[in-house]
Amino acid sequence: MSSLTSSSGHYRRRKLVDRLMTGLSYASVLVAIVPLAALLIYVIIRGAGAWSPEFFTGLPQLFGGGGGVANGIVGTLILVGMASVMSIPFGVMAGIYLAEYGDNALGGFIRFVADTMTGIPSIVAGVFIYGLLVLNMGGYNALAGAVSLTILMVPVITRSTEGVIRLVPGSIREAALALGVPRWKTTLRVVVPAAVSGIVTGVLLSIARVAGETAPLLFTAFSSNYFNFQPFQGAMPSLPVLIYNAARSPTEAVREVGWGAAFLLVVMILALNLTARLVFRGRVPGG
Amino acid sequence: MEIVSFGKDETTVDRREAMKERKDKVGARQKSPGQPDVGRPEEPVMEVEDLNMYYGSFKALADVDMKVRRNRVTALIGPSGCGKSTFIRSLNRMHEVVRGARAEGRVTLDGEDIYASDVDPVQVRRRVGMVFQKPNPFPTMTVYDNVVAGLKLGRRRKKSELDEIVERTLKQAALWSEVKDKLKESGMSLSGGQQQRLCIARTLAMEPEVILMDEPASALDPVSTQKIEDAIDELKQQYTVVIVTHNMQQASRASDYTGFFFIEDTGKPGQLWEFGETEKMFSNPERQETEDYVTGRFG
Repeated sequence: MSSLTSSSGHYRRRKLVDRLMTGLSYASVLVAIVPLAALLIYVIIRGAGAWSPEFFTGLPQLFGGGGGVANGIVGTLILVGMASVMSIPFGVMAGIYLAEYGDNALGGFIRFVADTMTGIPSIVAGVFIYGLLVLNMGGYNALAGAVSLTILMVPVITRSTEGVIRLVPGSIREAALALGVPRWKTTLRVVVPAAVSGIVTGVLLSIARVAGETAPLLFTAFSSNYFNFQPFQGAMPSLPVLIYNAARSPTEAVREVGWGAAFLLVVMILALNLTARLVFRGRVPGG
Repeated sequence: MEIVSFGKDETTVDRREAMKERKDKVGARQKSPGQPDVGRPEEPVMEVEDLNMYYGSFKALADVDMKVRRNRVTALIGPSGCGKSTFIRSLNRMHEVVRGARAEGRVTLDGEDIYASDVDPVQVRRRVGMVFQKPNPFPTMTVYDNVVAGLKLGRRRKKSELDEIVERTLKQAALWSEVKDKLKESGMSLSGGQQQRLCIARTLAMEPEVILMDEPASALDPVSTQKIEDAIDELKQQYTVVIVTHNMQQASRASDYTGFFFIEDTGKPGQLWEFGETEKMFSNPERQETEDYVTGRFG
């Protein structure tokens, strides 16, 4: 006669294994989170102290102390802004193509290229643009920096856009086509609007991804301790490179400003990520 | 705009001409909105001759001949997988949206071959509308915008004209009284049955000659089903309706003609086994399989 309270050791062993595995999972999560949390806390502790009105308005000081990273803030906005202007149209349109028309050899090829480009080390993008633009334009400039960031952004935007557009149910496309709406109009006026929150999310995440890039900028926009408002001429300061410079300074006060800049960068990227999450929660394709 | 050239089902050649022609037709019809087309009831509006359909190398449908008569409801019945949905899609070239699907044969609309190489499927679908099994309102649009979506995505129209169309088509779809106070709400906020009637109104707004319905009530409860049937009965006054259904009562109640699709054996193509007036099909069919099916002995 079987009973619900099995007396065999089998059940007890199963329960034990279950507990063990659950515990292992939690431990793994902890191992993954601890370094991240430690990094964040450390940056906050070291960086928050450096924040002052002068930090946001002043220029980097080579010696002595104080100063700020106002030029880096402006420079990062210029660089990321230019990169966005170049990469968002291309990335989004390529993603639309892949999702709606890309079930062919060309689509497969583009997808392969995009995936490969996603894996390109960012410094390679920098060196490539150094050879292509910096040498030919007679020196470091913001455009070169923005283009190197664009190389990193486009594949990310392309693939994320493709992904969310594919989430739009086929029945919506059929509905429009059956009404006698041409296919291109169905794509632009029905499918893309249904996926727009997801597209925006992907774009914001890609911006967050490149806003902190240092390596490609070292070869292209370089850095400067002064403001530069010219997009095509002269080295362009940026937060990541200012941090890089400050970190190598022998002066404690300069390194302090670097910590402040690091904290600022983390806050900016965190804000972008949070915005992306909020946008995406607003609407799910297909509803 | 690069994307345009990749749309494979869009023949831009002759587009302008087709548009012009269509415009004339629309113009002529607008004098009496919602009125039947030229041509008398009972005359064939669509004729299918020797239609064979394939999915890749698989033959899904063989040798279908059928006449769809104006201002009549034609029901298509038969067991699952016998090609009813495949067939109904061939009537407005929606099968082309399915990858690998193709049709061979002749399908005419008012005597014009809709598979001719210079015919734009977009124009065909404006004249032969379709309602799907699962309600599929546009998720980003309001009730109002859903109804006029097809029109708004076409040429510009006056607001007053759109208002009038929204009210008329929602009434025809037996939905007006339920949604007249929430026209500005999302189409997705309606119940399943209401969404389906919204989809019917959306199709009516294009003023098609023929309306295809692919099991429009199969995802709905009995009350909603009844409302859809009421709507179909109403539509028959002005439109030609072809409806796929698994519901025998629905076919016998709502239709004038019935086509029974049957598949002899798995792997074989589906066929139009018998076609005739609904009354005869349900009381005294020619073939044994039809009788077995309509009496519920199988399927």
